Amino acid sequence: MKPGISPLMRVENVSRIFPVGSTLLGGPRHRVRALDRVSLDLRRGETLGLVGESGCGKSTLARLMVALDAPSEGRITFDNAPLSGLPAGELHRRRRQIQMIFQDPYASLNPRMTARASIAEPLANFTGMGRADIEARIEELAAQVGLPPHLLDRFPHELSGGQCQRVGIARAISAGPDVIIADEPVSALDVSIQAQILNLLLEIKRRMGLSMVFVSHDLSVVSHIADRVAVMYLGRIVEIGPTAEIFAQPRHPYTRMLLDAVPHPLPAGRGRKTQAQGELPSPIDPPAGCHFRSRCPHADASLCGATVPPLVTVGEAEIACLRLDEITLERAGV
Amino acid sequence: MIAEPAAPPPANCPRRRHATMEALASALREPWTLLCLLLLAGFLFVAFFAGMVAGDPLAINPAQRLKPPSAQFPWGTDHLGRDVFARAMHGTRMSLAVGASVALLSAIPGVAIGIFAAMSRLGGALVMRIIDAMMAIPAVLLAVALAALLQPGLTTIIIAITIPEIPRMVRLVRAVVLSVRQQPYVDAAIASGTRGPTLVFRHILPNTLAPVIVQGTYAAASAIIAAALLSFLGVGTPPDLPNWGGMMADARRYFQQDPMLMAYPGMLLSVLVLITNILGDRLSDALDPRKSTRKI
Repeated sequence: MKPGISPLMRVENVSRIFPVGSTLLGGPRHRVRALDRVSLDLRRGETLGLVGESGCGKSTLARLMVALDAPSEGRITFDNAPLSGLPAGELHRRRRQIQMIFQDPYASLNPRMTARASIAEPLANFTGMGRADIEARIEELAAQVGLPPHLLDRFPHELSGGQCQRVGIARAISAGPDVIIADEPVSALDVSIQAQILNLLLEIKRRMGLSMVFVSHDLSVVSHIADRVAVMYLGRIVEIGPTAEIFAQPRHPYTRMLLDAVPHPLPAGRGRKTQAQGELPSPIDPPAGCHFRSRCPHADASLCGATVPPLVTVGEAEIACLRLDEITLERAGV
Repeated sequence: MIAEPAAPPPANCPRRRHATMEALASALREPWTLLCLLLLAGFLFVAFFAGMVAGDPLAINPAQRLKPPSAQFPWGTDHLGRDVFARAMHGTRMSLAVGASVALLSAIPGVAIGIFAAMSRLGGALVMRIIDAMMAIPAVLLAVALAALLQPGLTTIIIAITIPEIPRMVRLVRAVVLSVRQQPYVDAAIASGTRGPTLVFRHILPNTLAPVIVQGTYAAASAIIAAALLSFLGVGTPPDLPNWGGMMADARRYFQQDPMLMAYPGMLLSVLVLITNILGDRLSDALDPRKSTRKI
């Protein structure tokens, strides 16, 4: 990380613990660490991809970053000011700066409100604009996100998934945010629509000078859109670094496994593969030490089971693997 | 592209602020709904103008006891020689009054308490335990006890039926609000800066109302039956208030001589309850924009 430039958002040692089930006395039966001491920075103007299998905590982290939920431990700062534990007025001002695009474009719109009413909501709540100004701004926004103006008076069930997501994007950018947290914004859409929405997001981000967190399980989408990628596994970051470096030279065994699972268009590219082994373990009772060791081809029971691997800087990336040196040597064929 | 804010919307894309009105209008075009509404209007008309369509329901005429239908008495007379038609028509008044009052009086506190119970963690738990306790009291026993404690009359009957109806409404509203609160559009509204009462009244309450309306009409229907049952048991209604339950209770003793004495109020009761339930269903469909019949 370049010294001197402070990151826009900073996630420091954040955990989110959910109680699961209940005992007779009303206490939780189990506690799930959906996030386990996660730290990362969102730099100004960058797009940070957040990838991992479902259940790895990506969406939980996204919700924490827009303050829809609060961390159980650790803290998140925005522009060097903490995001949780704020008084209501302060939180309200922060919400304007951090907006979210949701995974399910249809369900994230109130079924009883027209597209126009949904887009108007942040404008009315955050900007103090008059009605006529809001109307004009909505028309502008619709044009920006490629939504034909006659669709503005439709209800969500009268719009297609892509149109709903355009409404969701217009709503997110309407009050002029600094950061967009996009939680799998295209995973519910047809492949043909996905590319349109992705390009729209990229264009808006560039034009408005936004920073973006892009959550996805689709690596090809992330490689297309992100400047940096953080790979998550069972609530922890296992590898984080520049997109080009991670895709060209994945170092963590899990990252490698994910990349090998991406279907390759050319037979030449379908070389030897590390087969994905087994299922994601239950997050209620994850393996001690390195969470990934139960599926890792390189795991060493005594070493990997004993300590939680810290993130170690290699080049521009950071990797959390205890056997990184051995694996690198093995790869090099020594 | 900047549109002129003051320009009226073009005629081919009307502003859709009154989606509910639109949906209700389209529901009206269905023949079954229309039939039920006409029947309900008939009941309402009779309730308000019973004195005009029928004679005196209280006049006793011992010489004319248990007479079959005639020009003077279209549905015959009962064991005291009273006009059954007149009594049945006047009885509509009490059934409708009880049905409508119980539905409204259970819905309003039910929705308020239900939303509170769903939105407040600690207060909600406390309220729900009280509600559970209320549900453990048998409704009929409570009604009989209240009728004995309070002045007999319409108000007492309405109170006695409303009290056991409230906990049901509270539980329903709480369950629906808890699920609506989890919807992504509520998160989206919070992220859009909507908070407090606006969040509840704009996003949560409107999406809670459809089941409340069904439950309300069901409460109305069951209140009509409960009122008839209480009158049948002889609690609550004074003798000078003609009502279907009381008529059926009286008719029971003369069932072998004239079964129609019980059939007239019984049929009216069934028809009124049936159309109430059907209209409740249609109304909840009409209020759900996803089920509206508008073509894209």
